[in-house]
Amino acid sequence: MIQKIVSKNFDVLDSHLLHVAKQNGRYSSLEKLFSMSSEDVLDAVDQSGLRGKGGGGAPTAGKWKLIPSPCDKPTYLIINSDESEPGTFKDRQILEYDPHLLIEGIICSSYAIKSHHAYIYIRGEYVFWAKRLQKAIDEAYNAKIIGKSVMGHDYELEITLHRGAGAYICGEKSALVESLEGKRGHPRLKPQQKEPEWFFGNPAIVNNVETIASVPFIIKEGFAAYRAYGTQMSPGTMLFGMSGHVQNPGIYEAQFGESMSEFINKIGGGIKDGKKLKAIIPGGSSTHVLKADEIEDITLDYESLKAHGSSLGTGGMILMDETVFMPDVVKNLFEFYHHESCGQCTPCREGVGWSDKLMGKILDGKGTKKDLETLMDLSFILNGKTICVFAPSVAHIIDSYINKFKDEFYSLVK
Amino acid sequence: MNWKFNEKNEKKFQDLLKRYPKKDSLTLPSLWMIQYQDGWICEDAMRYLGQRLDMSPMDIYSIASFYSMFHLEPIGKYNIQVCKTLSCKLRGSEDIKKHIENRLGIKAGESTEDMKFTITEVECLGSCGTAPCVCINENYIQNSTPKMIDDILDGLK
Ligand SMILES: Cc1cc2nc3c(=O)[nH]c(=O)nc-3n(C[C@H](O)[C@H](O)[C@H](O)COP(=O)(O)O)c2cc1C
Ligand code: SF4
Ligand code: FES
Repeated sequence: MIQKIVSKNFDVLDSHLLHVAKQNGRYSSLEKLFSMSSEDVLDAVDQSGLRGKGGGGAPTAGKWKLIPSPCDKPTYLIINSDESEPGTFKDRQILEYDPHLLIEGIICSSYAIKSHHAYIYIRGEYVFWAKRLQKAIDEAYNAKIIGKSVMGHDYELEITLHRGAGAYICGEKSALVESLEGKRGHPRLKPQQKEPEWFFGNPAIVNNVETIASVPFIIKEGFAAYRAYGTQMSPGTMLFGMSGHVQNPGIYEAQFGESMSEFINKIGGGIKDGKKLKAIIPGGSSTHVLKADEIEDITLDYESLKAHGSSLGTGGMILMDETVFMPDVVKNLFEFYHHESCGQCTPCREGVGWSDKLMGKILDGKGTKKDLETLMDLSFILNGKTICVFAPSVAHIIDSYINKFKDEFYSLVK
Repeated sequence: MNWKFNEKNEKKFQDLLKRYPKKDSLTLPSLWMIQYQDGWICEDAMRYLGQRLDMSPMDIYSIASFYSMFHLEPIGKYNIQVCKTLSCKLRGSEDIKKHIENRLGIKAGESTEDMKFTITEVECLGSCGTAPCVCINENYIQNSTPKMIDDILDGLK
């Protein structure tokens, strides 16, 4: 069930050091890369069907093609290493155990989009991982793997690591670019048609760490080798995470399309302390909760989760056993979203705070049926009326938890 | 205004200027440098940074106050950050928090009188698989237990 592509070197001792990384295949895709044109590389990634692993699952090559061509402005690749979605802790494994894989992926991807400068935006709390990555970047510069002439080829590439400072919303791609431009991390209004991001007016592509770390395999082994894993619509593998009440929490790479319950039982070792599974949040706190009896037919891919009314998200599953009281979970999530709203849109700024307050009141035993109804009305106000999808995520929490665990919520109110 | 970067940070500032299309990008890196230099970010330093980046002090304040890791007031020498988000909560973060509060005789959000310790409740640290997670200054303590926390706090000067 475990399928190691991105995580291949995670168990290799000292694999974060350049000489060990090289012995274990890192940078071995570059010879082939430079024998290809940028267009060929983009085409290979297109054919591989690689989808973004930051939560949305957008086809990677489709995004790259949004860069105007020809382009008279500099182009930038921006790596999203903000990793703050509750339940998600996969990118840091790459930074910890195989930072050179990320650098190799950045070289391949930058070459494909004809960019000469990549920025890695890493969340502020990841100090250990930022240091480790910076060390790998320094090693790569010293070995002339990056810099003025990448591996002696007529191609220049700079990589700059940029630290965030504690704001979940900076993981949203346009907020991330705002933050990288030195501003508050406020998401930007989305354009009518698909466009790249704009970094100081220059076209830029934002991709998740794991997405970029998946590229070297595709270049070296060919798109068909990548497509040999996963499903037709969700090709390849993903670093799935399990946390909460699971016996073996952690990050495990598997191909898309595996059975969710088998994954939880075989790899995760089932629920901790022999208890029963009650509910699962499949891909980070923003995805719809699923009841234990809903997951039997679910496979770990974008389509299956969508068909079951949730989404694959970041692949970070949070498992909850039979002792968990769902209104407590909702309160906990509201506190998170209340704290993290960027505050630009009134429905979000006020609505999330209000939801949090109402839930507190209900849990204190002072709530009424009317309060629960107000909460459900708030879901309407939060949904589809804001600049980014943060507020709609909160609406989905209200809807999915109250609908699926009605009795628990109504047991609290008069 | 007396505040300025120390020599090391001045050099870093100059190096960073070359790495971005516009110097505006230097706000976050500079705020980090200020915080490392002083332990927190004072008004004088924000005025100074405004001058260096051609921004108003108000702009700098607005940006600095947006990011929860920037301290605009002095805090304890050791900032004990306890993750309170779901995966940690399911694995006992509440008990860890109470244990630390009892030990230090302060509540989350407060500092000890000698300014040695501050307890802060924080949101998901990206360590959900090794919950509960506590971060003391910049060091993650994963799969933390009251005993582990005690051992570490005992060793802090
Ligand atoms: C509120 C919010 C938070 C997000 N946080 C992250 C994050 O921490 N890391 C990430 O890679 N993507 C995050 N995303 C998704 C990004 O906006 C973006 O889609 C992604 O980085 C694109 O990369 P990909 O196509 O390679 O997945 C977030 C989105 C939203 C709406
Ligand atoms: S929905 Fe919320 S987080 Fe998103 S831009 Fe509006 S206020 Fe900010
Ligand atoms: S919930 Fe505590 S680290 Fe993610």
